[in-house]
Amino acid sequence: MSQINRLPTGACTDSSTIINFTFNGKQLQGVAGDTLASALLANGVNVVGRSFKYSRPRGIVGHGAEEPNAIMQIGSGAATVPNLKATQVELYEGLEAASVNGWPSVNFDLMSITGWFGRLMPPGFYYKTFMYPAKLWMTYEHFIRKAAGLGSAPVQEDPDSYDKLNQHCDLLVVGAGPAGLVAAREAARAGARVIIADEQSEFGGSLLASTQRIEGQAATAWVAELVAGLNAFSNVQTLPRSTVFGYYDHNFLGILERRTDHLGISAKLGVRQRLHRVRAKQVILATGAFERPLVFAHNDIPGVMQASSVSTYVNRYGVAPGNRLVLFTTNDNAYQTAIDWHRAGRTLVAVIDSRGAPEGELVTAAKKLGIDVMAGCGVIEAQGGKRVKRALVARLNHDGSQIVGAVQKLDCDLIACSGGWSPAIHLSSHTGAKPVWDEQIVGFKPGESTQQERSVGACGGTYALSACLAEAVLAGAEAAKLAGCGDGNAHFPVSEVEEYQEQPQQALFLVPHTKSTSRAPSQFVDMQLDVSASGIELAVREGFESVEHIKRYTAMGFGTDQGKLGNINGMAILANALGQSIPETGTTIFRPSYTPTTFGAIAGRDIGALFDPERYTPVHRWHEEQGAEFEDVGQWKRSWYFPRSGESMDDAVNRECLAVRNSLGILDASTLGKIDIQGPDAAEFVTRMYSNSYLKLAPGKCRYGVMLKEDGMIFDDGVCACLADNHYLMFTTTGGAAGVLAWLELWQQTEWPDLKVYFTSVTDHWSTATISGPNARKALAKVCDDIDLSSDGFQFMDWRDGTVAGVKARVFRISFTGELSYEVNVPAQYGRPIWEALMAAGEEFDITPYGTESMHVLRAEKGFIIVGQDTDGSMTPADMNMDWVVGKNKSFSFVGKRSLERSDSVRENRKQLVGLKTIEGAQVLTEGAQVVFDAQQKIPMSMQGHVTSSYFSSNLGHSIALAVVKGGHSRMGQVVYCPMADGRIIAAEIVDSVFYDAKGERQHV
Amino acid sequence: MLLIHCPHCGEGREEEEFSYSGEAHIVRPLAPQDLNDREWGDYLFFRKNPRGIHHEMWYHAVGCRRYFYATRDTLSYEILETYIVGEKPQVTSAGSGQ
Repeated sequence: MSQINRLPTGACTDSSTIINFTFNGKQLQGVAGDTLASALLANGVNVVGRSFKYSRPRGIVGHGAEEPNAIMQIGSGAATVPNLKATQVELYEGLEAASVNGWPSVNFDLMSITGWFGRLMPPGFYYKTFMYPAKLWMTYEHFIRKAAGLGSAPVQEDPDSYDKLNQHCDLLVVGAGPAGLVAAREAARAGARVIIADEQSEFGGSLLASTQRIEGQAATAWVAELVAGLNAFSNVQTLPRSTVFGYYDHNFLGILERRTDHLGISAKLGVRQRLHRVRAKQVILATGAFERPLVFAHNDIPGVMQASSVSTYVNRYGVAPGNRLVLFTTNDNAYQTAIDWHRAGRTLVAVIDSRGAPEGELVTAAKKLGIDVMAGCGVIEAQGGKRVKRALVARLNHDGSQIVGAVQKLDCDLIACSGGWSPAIHLSSHTGAKPVWDEQIVGFKPGESTQQERSVGACGGTYALSACLAEAVLAGAEAAKLAGCGDGNAHFPVSEVEEYQEQPQQALFLVPHTKSTSRAPSQFVDMQLDVSASGIELAVREGFESVEHIKRYTAMGFGTDQGKLGNINGMAILANALGQSIPETGTTIFRPSYTPTTFGAIAGRDIGALFDPERYTPVHRWHEEQGAEFEDVGQWKRSWYFPRSGESMDDAVNRECLAVRNSLGILDASTLGKIDIQGPDAAEFVTRMYSNSYLKLAPGKCRYGVMLKEDGMIFDDGVCACLADNHYLMFTTTGGAAGVLAWLELWQQTEWPDLKVYFTSVTDHWSTATISGPNARKALAKVCDDIDLSSDGFQFMDWRDGTVAGVKARVFRISFTGELSYEVNVPAQYGRPIWEALMAAGEEFDITPYGTESMHVLRAEKGFIIVGQDTDGSMTPADMNMDWVVGKNKSFSFVGKRSLERSDSVRENRKQLVGLKTIEGAQVLTEGAQVVFDAQQKIPMSMQGHVTSSYFSSNLGHSIALAVVKGGHSRMGQVVYCPMADGRIIAAEIVDSVFYDAKGERQHV
Repeated sequence: MLLIHCPHCGEGREEEEFSYSGEAHIVRPLAPQDLNDREWGDYLFFRKNPRGIHHEMWYHAVGCRRYFYATRDTLSYEILETYIVGEKPQVTSAGSGQ
């Protein structure tokens, strides 16, 4: 029994090419041109999923992006994709599809028992039931997700590749239906660079399923001709299978192009999906409209479909999704479905028209075919289980608000509904345009926006094909002119269309039942999230008034379909319950994405190694060869420690630290930021930016400085060297380099443009090897003979030009370890040979390469702060016990100076930097641990500070820590407590932050 | 994503090239030491947050590395003008007290 519903021909399918696929494990067959939905319908599959809350069986309702029920998991393994709409999945050989919800199967669903409790699950159920206790939320969520079945994301790495394309165009046309195609052609002829994108596999939009004749030929033939004409333009880019999912500021739009999804779940070759980032001068939205469902009792039973969808399956795919049709409409347009069904040769039970006297040309045409029309009636209830069995029909009053006659039963297996059309205003909404209610079309039209865009055709509320075409040629010509192409006049004539004149439709948002809304069987508004008319009325009774609140309370429109079908009915029911008009009630605003967009496409190639650039020092390869472990500092890869075989990290760091203090170590310090500063006012400028003065710093000298933000808080620190009169080299922290340069430029450009000073980043120009330890001088002397290295000839905080191992070098005698240190700077390309020369020179002193971890320990032993670790943007120099770095007598009020006197900056009890020495020396505090004064107090404890740096010091034989503690400078000797995450409480004594060589003698030898 | 016309480069460029640098036209007091804490606090911390016309500073960080000013509508995100440091805006919300 395969493809029982397949008709002999479909406009876009080829029934000679059979395609095999599986649905929930069952082998089925479709044909070339099918979507998964049309193939399922062809096979007579009724139930495709279970509803979110009540687990009711659901069938296919629509034929495109609006589909609320047929939500599928496609494929398996790493490339599986959840939450695709069967109506948008093109069938391919071997496709595996499964319903995302329904357990153990959609036909026998254990969860459907909750359906019996339907009345116990009102709107806001989750809020009301699962709010407390909060700690059980994880349990609830697990249960809800399993029950609801939102599909499952693959846990393996995505096997596919994706990319991005940045594009500029004069005109982007969204939607390649009749309006979009005609507008694009007109603009292209005017010379505009046009991109036209459509989410479907083929261009043509509604015409692909239309039986209308245009210029005497079939609609599909007319479309083919038009598309061929467009492709002939060299200035047109056509993008089928491409969804414009978001409309962002300044005419920036995102397009998701699905390049290989229709061939299989994973691209065999090339890029699976491509994200087009388009900046368009002009945009034409030709996104069409969605047919509006009719809300009646049990309108969710499989076999209740959209009228236009029934026509689409019959005409385009050659599938008749049932045998006995009842068509329920409020307008002339849907009579086309009756005619299509009749032509397909299946039984048409009756057309139920809510209007008292329908007399339009289509109505007449249908009657001529012998179709039975019941005017002034409505389908008030569908009956059946997993498929519609009958429709209950009753006579309605003139405005459709009441039942005025007896209820009649019509046996049928398909109810097609049309409540009119809702323009697809989603992209217009993204621009911030407020939708405007139009009584004429009974729908929201796009509002005015500040973007360079216009809506044409059905998405602008123009439904008649001839009017769409007339509007579109003008729109194309005008948009092209605004983009600077052509004279704004349409060139192509408007095509002749065979068209029926239509009579006005009736507004009918909720079909009455013999019982009140609250007692009638559920009348579903949002199928995907099980929101019913009674639920909306209940929310109003509970006091909700705003459409945005009702949306969140009932979850209406929250599904993956974003309420494309249900929203308008929902707002109208809400407006009625509130006793106000629809414009007064307003509508919720659609936001990107229009349909779900894969993370893969958004990430593109910016993943893995390409996620962020990595920066390497000139000596990086050497570190690798030595087996160094690396750590990330900003984008830099810095050597972290150099483990020898069998060593743990602690072993290696302890060994490296001892080597520096006892003999000699070498550190790659190339990553420190370096800014070359020159100009007649360089000295003045540098002095304004640092807290201390540089006016009297002589060439050959260096000074450590702290930079403050204007609020007085430490922002960066480093050494600044005077290279010549009004020529400085400023060192910044590794991570702060870019920020400091921008900071200098900000002040120079905006506040003091009168100061002549210029900045150049030279970070990458230099390679820096720091040798540190008591034997540093002896080692350097072996490779440098043109610098007087004597203690008096080359003092601490001096720098000298000289030659190191035959290469011109700049040597700084500065120290971050507290030991005798030389920082040897050479042009970057000499980095490695000089490093190796220093290693050779230091061999007799057992020179030990050390990494950033040992550097941190050594500087902490000396109480030297690391900005961003020991400070957090709320620390003044005084807080860091660094008053000495503030030049109190500088004539110019340097950046941040005034703030140091603010009452908050001088208040007592600020957090201040201190040392912490654990009472048990082997215990190492955790960085970030909170400091309390009383360990016995109740939780939450009164927190008095926190640990900023903590290490074991092999040189001292005990742990050391730096911390910021309220009023810490006057608490020397006090014992404080640090509660650890594991429950231990570690006691520590507040001590001076300098643990080693407090007098600083070792760096002055 | 905004399209920003850099007055120094003379081109409209993507927002990704720029970074936002806060409100424009805040002049640093010439004698900070003469201000009391409240006055200094006003300069330091208080910024306009208008609904509508806003003058703000942008930095062409991965372009010419120049700061410049922009007049932007905070409702529509429309950038009404960009101009160089030292110039006055042509578009203002005159009369609204902004």
